[in-house]
Amino acid sequence: MTTLDPAKLERNHHQDDHHVASGHEGHPDHRILGIIVFLIAEGMIFLGLFTAYLAFRTVAPTWPPEGTPKLELLLPGINTVILIGSSFVIHNADTAIKKNDVRGLRLWFGITAAMGAVFLAGQLYEYFHLEFGLTKNIFASTFYVLTGFHGLHVCFGLILIMAVLWRSLKPNHYNSKDHFGVEAAEVYWHFVDVIWVILFLLLYII
Amino acid sequence: MTQAAQIQEEANQFAHGNKPGNWKEYFSFSTDHKVIGIQYLVTTFFFYLIGGVLATLVRTELATPESDFVSREVYNSLFTVHATVMIFLWIVPGATGGFGNYLIPLMIGARDMAFPRLNALAFWIIPPTGLMLMSSFLVGAPGAGWTNYPPLSLVSGKAGEMIWILSILLLGTSSILAAVNFIVTIFKMRVPGMGLNQMPLFCWSMLATSFLALIATPVLAGAMILLSFDVLIGTAFFNPTGGGDPIVYQHLFWFYSHPAVYIMILPIFGMISEIVSVHSRKPIFGYKAIAYSSIAICGLGLIVWAHHMFTSGTPPWLRMFFMITTMVISVPTGIKIFSWLATLWGGKLDMSSALLFAMGFICLFVIGGISGVMTASVPFDIHVHDTYFVVAHLHYVLFGGSVFGLYGGFYHWFPKITGRMMSEAWGKVHFWLTFIGFNLAFMPMHKLGMEGMNRRIAEYDPKFATLNLICTIGAYLLAVSTIPFIVNATWSWLRGKPAGDNPWRALTLEWMTTSPPPVENFEADPVLATGPYDYGMGNRATEVDVPFSEADDPSLSAGPSSTLRAKPDPVAAANPSDRGDESYNRE
Repeated sequence: MTTLDPAKLERNHHQDDHHVASGHEGHPDHRILGIIVFLIAEGMIFLGLFTAYLAFRTVAPTWPPEGTPKLELLLPGINTVILIGSSFVIHNADTAIKKNDVRGLRLWFGITAAMGAVFLAGQLYEYFHLEFGLTKNIFASTFYVLTGFHGLHVCFGLILIMAVLWRSLKPNHYNSKDHFGVEAAEVYWHFVDVIWVILFLLLYII
Repeated sequence: MTQAAQIQEEANQFAHGNKPGNWKEYFSFSTDHKVIGIQYLVTTFFFYLIGGVLATLVRTELATPESDFVSREVYNSLFTVHATVMIFLWIVPGATGGFGNYLIPLMIGARDMAFPRLNALAFWIIPPTGLMLMSSFLVGAPGAGWTNYPPLSLVSGKAGEMIWILSILLLGTSSILAAVNFIVTIFKMRVPGMGLNQMPLFCWSMLATSFLALIATPVLAGAMILLSFDVLIGTAFFNPTGGGDPIVYQHLFWFYSHPAVYIMILPIFGMISEIVSVHSRKPIFGYKAIAYSSIAICGLGLIVWAHHMFTSGTPPWLRMFFMITTMVISVPTGIKIFSWLATLWGGKLDMSSALLFAMGFICLFVIGGISGVMTASVPFDIHVHDTYFVVAHLHYVLFGGSVFGLYGGFYHWFPKITGRMMSEAWGKVHFWLTFIGFNLAFMPMHKLGMEGMNRRIAEYDPKFATLNLICTIGAYLLAVSTIPFIVNATWSWLRGKPAGDNPWRALTLEWMTTSPPPVENFEADPVLATGPYDYGMGNRATEVDVPFSEADDPSLSAGPSSTLRAKPDPVAAANPSDRGDESYNRE
């Protein structure tokens, strides 16, 4: 028969406060960490596409290939300012909900959604007024695929924001303690924003 | 003499009132990690059988030098789909999704994964995708090899290509979702008292695997997106006639697909570490060396990919870089091999089927590893590139390595999963048939490759006929070898000898509950009374005879834990802060 060394067992004994129920399967809420880990994967897709773009660019004798019209900078420049601005706007919503201010949350999310929509509209306007199509040459193809793939992400971010707005109409759905949806949409929006900055530098500036 | 297993069992409350779920549960969107683990294991094993049938057809074609069994196009489809199924529908989801899902929460003392519904979603992507890939045989299956290099993939049948691309995208998504789940679970859900260095080694290897899947798989998705534009819309990303560059595809593809071989082998490394230690009744040799070498493989695995491209016009300085990194990555792998050998050395080997497969794994994986180091060197690789030497190498690491490890895992954890023992006699028949059939099928390929037989071609020079016939006989033996396993597993599941809770008298937490475990795994949170590998060290605590003292209260004796000592023995120290990270398994 053995006697258990209490010193050894002591450090294994758990405190019950570890299992603070926070509305998710009975264990502490790890969903934001999950979103962040998932965004690493998302970032790697973009990294792969950026690397492909740089590789095509390095291999090509001239870049952009001859006959590609020069890209207009004004509209995408304004778009960039709008998108970067929206990241600051959406952060206000987070601050608001941490003070239990649901109206503030709705206001700032609403403004962010509007700015995102303006960005997408500007993007589409640019597509329709460009003088090259998807298959014109390798530059045109990478341009459309990169901006299009990013645009899809903006769309998805917009859907997330609208979903949070919709849910915020329910009384006390979000409060200062429990507002995973708000944080998830915000983290995602920041991610989309950072990707755009890199994309803009790659495609338009360098 | 008190056994370590006895200490661990007495410290834990075993769950009671367990009722195994209805069979219908296994066909439902269940969020129980154990149900999902079994769903993964059974589904992927089913695809393994399909992949095996395809392999048998390939070898039947290659039994004679002429292309006389199937047409050349069908032959191309057979080996393409064989490789795709074996990699994306068997080894990757079987090892990570199957064993990972079943074992990780149990091993770390959690009640489930961090995101149970996401987990179920990741599984349910797989069966329809697998069926879709199979259905491609009706419309002209993909035939450009599992690497699917453009421009070849751009000129073959579009329907088959798109099905292949879509399958890879979906399976990749499933793999990424699973990886997110594993990373969060392992970091956040461990039972209190289990630091990272007290985790079973399988958890370490799953952590490394998940990071690789998380970082590498999306890059493949990027390549698939670009390739689908080339196939469908006629862009020219990878088409040199339109200014694109097929080499870029190769880089993106191998940036995933080389780490993918570590995604396929790292979980197996973890399983072997468990099996070897339990069945030789010895503490694992070099816990930290094995754990950290998994992380090293994860890091290095991301910077070796271009060794698949030594003949793709890669500049010499770049080939040099990748040759060196590839050789360096064999070091952490070698550390593991020597640690397992040192664990086995002088152990009380029980020669169970699980241990036989683990030892078979070590033998065969070393051969595959050595041929891997050979192909890592640029001049030799240029000689054997795209020959059967490469086919031999990859089957030694993927079949001799991964599949032997998976079989070992089946025999080891079957009692926990089903609550019943498998027949050891039939397990041994299965092992020897597999071992002999495997070597017969793949050993001659080394010679064929050195003599210049090309892979992926239905016909070959008649001078290779004898060796190819031997390979084909070996392949048939391998096909037959699965029969005793299937019969054994099915029969044992229904009628096998009841296993009890801890038939191997193991120490890790999955054995500290009922077999099969109840829905939430544990009655109360499990307790770590011993380290995960303290075999044969059961009564060390009483031998050392440390007087119990409060953390703030200096011990007055002059024993190993005395605060009078400048450096108390961390294993026995009375003051918790002196114990540091030292686990109770002495290395």
